[in-house]
Amino acid sequence: MDIVQEVLAGDKRAVARAISWVENGDQRAPELIKRVYGKTGKGYVVGITGSPGVGKSTIVARLAAVLAARDEKVGVLAVDPSSPFSGGAILGDRVRMFDISLLKNVYIRSMGTRGALGGLNKAIRMSVRVLDAAGYDWILVETVGAGQSEVDVHDIAYTTVVIMAPGMGDDIQAMKAGIMEIGDVFVVNKADREGADRTATQVQSVLQLSVTNGWNPPVLATSAEENSGIEGLLITIERHRFCITASGALEAQKKRAARLDVLEILRTQLSDMVRSELEQPDVDRELERVISKESDPYTMAESILKRNWRNR
Amino acid sequence: MEDKIRILVAKPGLDGHDRGAKVLARAFMEAGMEVIYTGIRRTPEQIAEVAVQEDVGVVALSCLSGAHNTLFPRVVELLREKGASNVLVVGGGVIPEEDVVFLKEKGVQEIFGPGTSLSVCVEYIRTHVKKEA
Repeated sequence: MDIVQEVLAGDKRAVARAISWVENGDQRAPELIKRVYGKTGKGYVVGITGSPGVGKSTIVARLAAVLAARDEKVGVLAVDPSSPFSGGAILGDRVRMFDISLLKNVYIRSMGTRGALGGLNKAIRMSVRVLDAAGYDWILVETVGAGQSEVDVHDIAYTTVVIMAPGMGDDIQAMKAGIMEIGDVFVVNKADREGADRTATQVQSVLQLSVTNGWNPPVLATSAEENSGIEGLLITIERHRFCITASGALEAQKKRAARLDVLEILRTQLSDMVRSELEQPDVDRELERVISKESDPYTMAESILKRNWRNR
Repeated sequence: MEDKIRILVAKPGLDGHDRGAKVLARAFMEAGMEVIYTGIRRTPEQIAEVAVQEDVGVVALSCLSGAHNTLFPRVVELLREKGASNVLVVGGGVIPEEDVVFLKEKGVQEIFGPGTSLSVCVEYIRTHVKKEA
């Protein structure tokens, strides 16, 4: 049986291999995606984001356990940062997920950011498609510990959950642009700790300042370590899913996702093209002219662009 | 582009001494590898399953409790059962020399004892990790 059949049959080893191909830019990846893409579309993608240490991995593990117990298949993609120096990474999200690692209905993959800046990894879109094609009903995408502007998860998830912990800044922090704008559901985790109520109130009061269309992002309290509030979180995610399905927002989001899938591939291929162009020897000569101020970076970039569009 | 080396650093059994495993994990990261760390007290079944799901090229086992002769071969066996026999399995910890021979017979490809320099481990893995068939 070839890998396409195995992926479609949900074989975990084949899925793992397929994701590696996508991640490594292996030449077999495009063919594979072409052959499984037709089977995608059923999986529901949930993004989980928030600062480092707020409990994202633990919440993901708890959610996956509940879903698996309902006999649904759950795929998890958990991203941790790659070193900007060595390119290596410590992928530690698994440590919180060991209770679910042997469940038949659960697949977990750890990924490094490999230089991507938006909190995810360049291969994440196609990795989600692989899991979708393999029959995963739910695909949980966990970002790196996000700062204020790692918001790429919003482009891939249908429901985005932003997780916070008590004691991490005042209501002005909560008002800022970026991550606080992408949440469909907000969670104050570690709710057993002091200050959780105040954090929840602050977030709630800031959310009330924004105009919404049909869905008001709720603020929930959980204590993932103690497994409390998880059922409520899942019910809320499903309520959001129901709401955007009914309003047509989900269809719009899927259309947007398809466009972004294409854009991502184009971007990768064009940047490879540009990079190889910059390795040409005559580019060096042109660069000398920029260095000696006979030319400038814009002029040089424009001439490279012109040359390449004409050739193709 | 060269494929990145993905390595699972795992602590099987009831031993909680994870300092060595953590030092190694950092060294592998600094050598440019993607390191998946399991945490302590994992079963061979969990370790083999994770190795498959993460599609790693290497499994590095650390054990300081004396149970290596039971645990390490079991991981190798389970990997084979799962069709992942191409994964490089290495081990480390306080392991007597006579056990090293036994473990190598059982398919653990190298054992690194106390005092091994980090660069020796890194170099061994770089040269022995199998390129995908």
